[in-house]
Amino acid sequence: MSRLLDVRNLTISHGKVEAVRQLNLSLEEGQIVSLIGPNGAGKTTLMAALIGLLPAQGQVSYAGQPLLAHHDVAQRIDKGMALVPESRELFGLMSVEDNLRLGAFSRHRRGFRDHQKTLDEVFGLFPRMYERRSQPACTLSGGERQMLAIGRALMAKPRLLMLDEPSLGLAPRVIGEIFTIFETLRQSGVSILLVEQNARAALKISDYGYVLEVGEIVLEGSAQALANNPQVAEIYLGRPPTRAAMEVTSATGT
Amino acid sequence: MDISILAFLAQDGLTTGAIYALVALALVLVFSVTRTILVCQGDFVTYSALTLATLQLGLMPGTLWLLLGCSLAACTLDSIAALRRGQSRRVPGLLARYLGLPTVLWVVLDTFELAGLPAVLQILLTLALVTPLGPLLYRLVYQRVAETSVLLLLIVSVAVHITLVGISLLMFGAEGVRTDALAEAVFMLGELPVGLQSLLVIASALLLIGLLYAFFGHSLYGKALRATALNRKGAQLVGIPTQLAGKAAFGLAALIGAISGVLIGPLTTLYYDSGFLISLKGFVAAIFGGLASYPIAAASAFFVGVLESFANFGASAYKEVIVFTLVIPVLLWLSLKHPHLEEQH
Amino acid sequence: MIRRLIPLFALLLLAGLAPVLLPTFHVTLLNYIGLYSLVALGLVLLTGIGGMTSFGQAAFVGIGAYASAVLTTQYGLSPWLGLLAGLAITLVVATSLGLLTLRLAGHYLPIGTLAWGLALFYLFGNLPGLGGFGGLQNLPNISLFGWQVRDPADFSLLIGLLLAISLWLLDNLLHSRQGRAIRTLKDSAGMAEAMGIDTARSRLQVFIIAALLAALSGWLYAHLQRVVNPTPFSVVMGIEYLFMIVLGGVASLWGALLGAALLTLIKQVLQDVLPQLFGHADNVEMIFFGVLVILVLQYARGGLLPLLSGLFPRAQPHPLPEHPAHALPRRTMPANGQPLMVAEGLLKQFGGLVANKDMGLTVNGAEITALIGPNGAGKSTLFNLLSGVLAPNAGQIVFLGQRIDGLSPRAIARLGVSRTFQHVRLLPDMSVLENVALGAHARGKAGLLRSMLHLEREEEAALLAEARRQIERVGLGAALHTPAGSLPLGQQRIVEIARALCSDPLLLLLDEPAAGLRHGEKQALAHLLEQLRSEGLGVLLVEHDMEFVMGLADQIVVMEFGQRLAGGTPLQIQQNPAVLAAYLGGVE
Repeated sequence: MSRLLDVRNLTISHGKVEAVRQLNLSLEEGQIVSLIGPNGAGKTTLMAALIGLLPAQGQVSYAGQPLLAHHDVAQRIDKGMALVPESRELFGLMSVEDNLRLGAFSRHRRGFRDHQKTLDEVFGLFPRMYERRSQPACTLSGGERQMLAIGRALMAKPRLLMLDEPSLGLAPRVIGEIFTIFETLRQSGVSILLVEQNARAALKISDYGYVLEVGEIVLEGSAQALANNPQVAEIYLGRPPTRAAMEVTSATGT
Repeated sequence: MDISILAFLAQDGLTTGAIYALVALALVLVFSVTRTILVCQGDFVTYSALTLATLQLGLMPGTLWLLLGCSLAACTLDSIAALRRGQSRRVPGLLARYLGLPTVLWVVLDTFELAGLPAVLQILLTLALVTPLGPLLYRLVYQRVAETSVLLLLIVSVAVHITLVGISLLMFGAEGVRTDALAEAVFMLGELPVGLQSLLVIASALLLIGLLYAFFGHSLYGKALRATALNRKGAQLVGIPTQLAGKAAFGLAALIGAISGVLIGPLTTLYYDSGFLISLKGFVAAIFGGLASYPIAAASAFFVGVLESFANFGASAYKEVIVFTLVIPVLLWLSLKHPHLEEQH
Repeated sequence: MIRRLIPLFALLLLAGLAPVLLPTFHVTLLNYIGLYSLVALGLVLLTGIGGMTSFGQAAFVGIGAYASAVLTTQYGLSPWLGLLAGLAITLVVATSLGLLTLRLAGHYLPIGTLAWGLALFYLFGNLPGLGGFGGLQNLPNISLFGWQVRDPADFSLLIGLLLAISLWLLDNLLHSRQGRAIRTLKDSAGMAEAMGIDTARSRLQVFIIAALLAALSGWLYAHLQRVVNPTPFSVVMGIEYLFMIVLGGVASLWGALLGAALLTLIKQVLQDVLPQLFGHADNVEMIFFGVLVILVLQYARGGLLPLLSGLFPRAQPHPLPEHPAHALPRRTMPANGQPLMVAEGLLKQFGGLVANKDMGLTVNGAEITALIGPNGAGKSTLFNLLSGVLAPNAGQIVFLGQRIDGLSPRAIARLGVSRTFQHVRLLPDMSVLENVALGAHARGKAGLLRSMLHLEREEEAALLAEARRQIERVGLGAALHTPAGSLPLGQQRIVEIARALCSDPLLLLLDEPAAGLRHGEKQALAHLLEQLRSEGLGVLLVEHDMEFVMGLADQIVVMEFGQRLAGGTPLQIQQNPAVLAAYLGGVE
C-alpha cells in the first residue's frame, strides 16, 4: 500500500490562535482513517487547510507530490481530493440532480464526459437521491442532505474523500446507513479521511485513528485499540475532578 | 392623447425597457456571482454604440487601444505572478491568451476599409472589442478586492465608472452619436406605425434573455455560474475556481452591454457619459427584483421604460424624482425580508 | 486636553495667516478645501466610523445653500436667518430620511442614499422658486457685527473658525461615552445592544450631525459664490466627497481635511498640467482620480492618513481625567444562592427545524453553572434565547421574578444580565480602558450635546474610573491604555469579562470563554470566575472544554438534540452513562 496522504508538522493559525499545532498524520491508499476528538479540537480547521481553503505551515504531500501554498482548491480537487464539509454547502435552490452534476465540474473541465455513468453509480449508492432528483436541495431532510453532499463529492471520482463530521445532526439510524456506505466506497478504491465527534461510530468502520485535542494529536493507534482505550472517554469528558477542587466546592456550601 | 400617440409611447417605452431589462439582467448576474454592483454596465452600452459609430465613420476606434492596454496590464500581472511561483513555462500561454485577440483585431482594423465593411462584420468587431473588457476589468480591478464587503466593491465600481467615462471622453469626444439603423422599415399595424428597428430591439432582447435562461439552466458552465452565485464555498469545493466565475460573469455582462449598445445605437443619441443614467435605470429595475430575481428585474425594467416614455411626454420634470423615490419603499421591503445582511469579514 | 487643542490652533493660525502670505487664488483654493472638509468631516463620522455609506451628502449641502439663497434673495432676510432655516430644514429632512433609510440592511443603505440624493437633486432643479437649473443669483454677504465677510481673506477666517469648532466638537464627541457608542456602529452593533446601547438612535444622531455639517458647508458656499444652482449638489459631487475620505483616511477626522485637500489640489494641478499633455483636459483628471481611488482601495484600504501617521510618533494616551471620581451607583445583590434566572419549557423552531424543545435550566447566584453538550445540541440557540437575541416560540424565562423572554438584548442588559461573545467582540483600535467603559454605557446619561461641548467630564470620570476598577479587578491593570486588538486572545477574553462586569451585572453569561486559550490563560480565567462567584455573582457558561468545566462548575446541564439530557454536579455528570453515550456517540 502506498502512502496517499502525508502530513508533517502542520500548524494552522487562525488570527492569533494556533488552531492546529505541529500535527503529524498519514493515510495509506485504501484505508479509512478517523480523526476523533471533542469539539473545538481543530478538526474542521485541519480539513479546510488540507483542501486548500486555509493557509497552513508545514509539509503536506499527496500521492508522493508536495502540496504547496499556491495549489488552490480547484487544483487539489483536480488531483483527486474531495471534501464534504461540516456545513454541507449545497446549492439549495438547485435540484438534487444539478447539485450532483456540478460535482463532476472539475472532471468536465479536464475533458471527461462520462458523467451520466458516474451519476447512475451515485444513484445506485443512494436510491433516495434518485427519487428526489428533481427536487430543490433545500427541501431535503438532514440525512438526505448528507447523502447528497457525499454523492456530489463522489461525482468527481476522488481518490481521497475527506468528510467533516458526517454524523452531525443525524439520527443514530441514519448514521449507521451512511457509515456503511463508507465501507462500500473503500472497496471501490476510495480512501477516506473521516473527522468525527462521534467516536464510536467512526472507530467502528476505520482502520486507524487519531485523537485530536486542542489542536494536537494526543493519542493514535489502530481503531480497535482506540475503541477499547478508556483514555478516549477522559479526553471527551475531562478527567474526574481532583480532590482539591471537590473540597473547594463543598466549602462554599453549594 | 389618441391611440397613435399611445402606441408610439408604448413602443418607445418597451424598446428602452428592453435595453433596461438587459442592463438589469447583467447587474443581477454580476451581483449574485461576485457581490459587485456593476455601476459601469451602462458604460459597456455606450462604449459599444460609440465604437460602432466610429467604425461606421471609417475611423479606428479608441476602444482598441483601451483593450490592448488592459490586456497588456493583465498579462504582465499574471506573468509576474507565474514567474514568482517559478512557473515561467506558463508565460507564453498567457501572452497568447491575453494578446492574441487584440493583436488580430488590430491587424483587421488596420487593414480593411472600415466604413465599407458589411454591417454584420462591423457589429462583430464591436462586440469583439468591448466584450473582453469585462473579464479584463475583473482581473485588473476586482480580483484583488474580491473578498471585501459589498460596500467597498460598490465604491470601487463607482471609481471604475468614473475612469471609464473619462477614457470615453478622451477616445470619442463630447459629441453624441447615432449608429446607422440596422433596419429602416416602418410598417403599419392597422393605423399604428411600428418601427422594425424597435421590433428588432425587443425581439433581440427577448432572444438574449431566452439564451441566457437556457445557458444557466442547461449547460454545466451556466449551472456552475449559478452555483457560485448561490454558494461560493460550495462552488469552490466542487472545483469551480472563483476567479473563473468572476471573469465569466463580467464577460457575460460586457457581452450583454455590447449587444445592448448595438441595438439601441440607431434609436437614441448616446454620449460619452450616457452610461450612468442607463445603469441607473437598469439598476432601479434590478433593485425591484431584489438584486436576485431575473424575471422581476426584467419585468420592472419594461415598466421603468414605459413609465419614462409616458412621463417624458407629459413633460413631467418630476419623473426622475418619482422613479428614484420609488426605490426607497422597495428597499425597505427588501430589507424587511432579509434583515440580517451581515457582511462577511 | 491642551495637546488636542494644538492642531486646532495651528489650523486657526493657517486660516489667519494664509491671506497675508499667499496670493488670493490660493486663499480661495484653501477656502474651498475648508468647505469640502466640513462635509467630509461629517462623512468620516457617518461612513468611516459609523459604517453607513452615504452618497447623498451633497443633497444636504444643497439644502443649506438653497434655504439661505431663497430667504436672502426672495425675502430679503439676513443670511444668519438663512443659516438657521437651512439647519432647521436639514434637521427635519435628515430625520425623516434617516428614519426611512437607516433601517436598511447592509448594502441597501448606500443604494437608498443614492436614491434620495438623486431625487433631491432633481427637486433642486425643478421646484418652483428655486430658479430652475439656472439657479439664484446675487446673494448678499454674511455680516457679523458689522464685519462684512466678502473677500477670500474674510472667508478664510470664517471658514477656518467654523472648521476648527467643528473639529473640536467632533473630537470631544468621539472621546466621550456617546463617542464610544458611535464607534461600535460599524462592526459591533450586536455587541453594543448587549451593552445597553440604543444603536438605532445612535445611527440617527450621527446621520443628522453629518447632514448638519453638510448644510453648514452649503450655507458658506452659497454666500461665498453668491450664486446657487443645482450642479454642485449632484450625486457626482456626493461621490467625490466619498472619494475624499477614502483617499484621506476613512475613519479619521484629520483624514477628512487631508482628503479634501488632496482631491482639490490634485484636481487643480491636473487642470493646469493636462491641457499641455493632451488636447482636451476636461474630465481626464477623472481618469486619474478613478485609478487613484482604485489603487488606494486595493492597497491601502484605510486611506492615506493612517499610512502617513505611521511616520509620526504615536500620540500619548489621554491621561485620565483629574476630577475626583465619584463611584457609580450599584445594584443590590440578591441573597446568596438565590435563583437568578429560571427558564422553563423553552421551544425554539426555525421553520421545520426544532432547535430547542422543552428546555429549561436554573442559574443561581454565587454559583457557576455550565451548559454542555455535543455539537448541534442547541446550546447556542438556548444561549441566544437567554440573552435576548432570539425570542422563544413557547416557554418562559424569568429573571429575578420578571419575565424576560422576548425582551431585547438591550432591555435584558439593563436588568442586570451581561454577556461575552464566542468570537471576541472588542474594538481593536480602542484602548482596553475605553472598550471596558463601553460596558458602563447604560450607567451614564450624558447626551450628544453635552458630550460635544465637553461638559460631561464628571460623569466621564466616574465611568472611566469604574472601567479602571474592573480592569484592575480582573488583573489587567497594566494594559489599561493598550489597544485591545494587540493583546493575546486569553487577555482579550478577560477584557470582555471586565466589560461585562462594568455594567454591574447580577448574572454573567459567558459564551465559550475558554475557546482557543492556552493552559495558563485558562487557569487565570478559572481563577477569576471563582473569585466572582465568591462575590455573589451568578455565572452561566457554555463550554466545550471539559477539563475546564469539570474543575470549575458547581452544576452542569447537558443538552442533546435540543433537549435537556441530564443535570448535576461534575462528578455525577461524568458518571452518567447517558451523557457518556451522547458524547462518545454510537451507532445503531
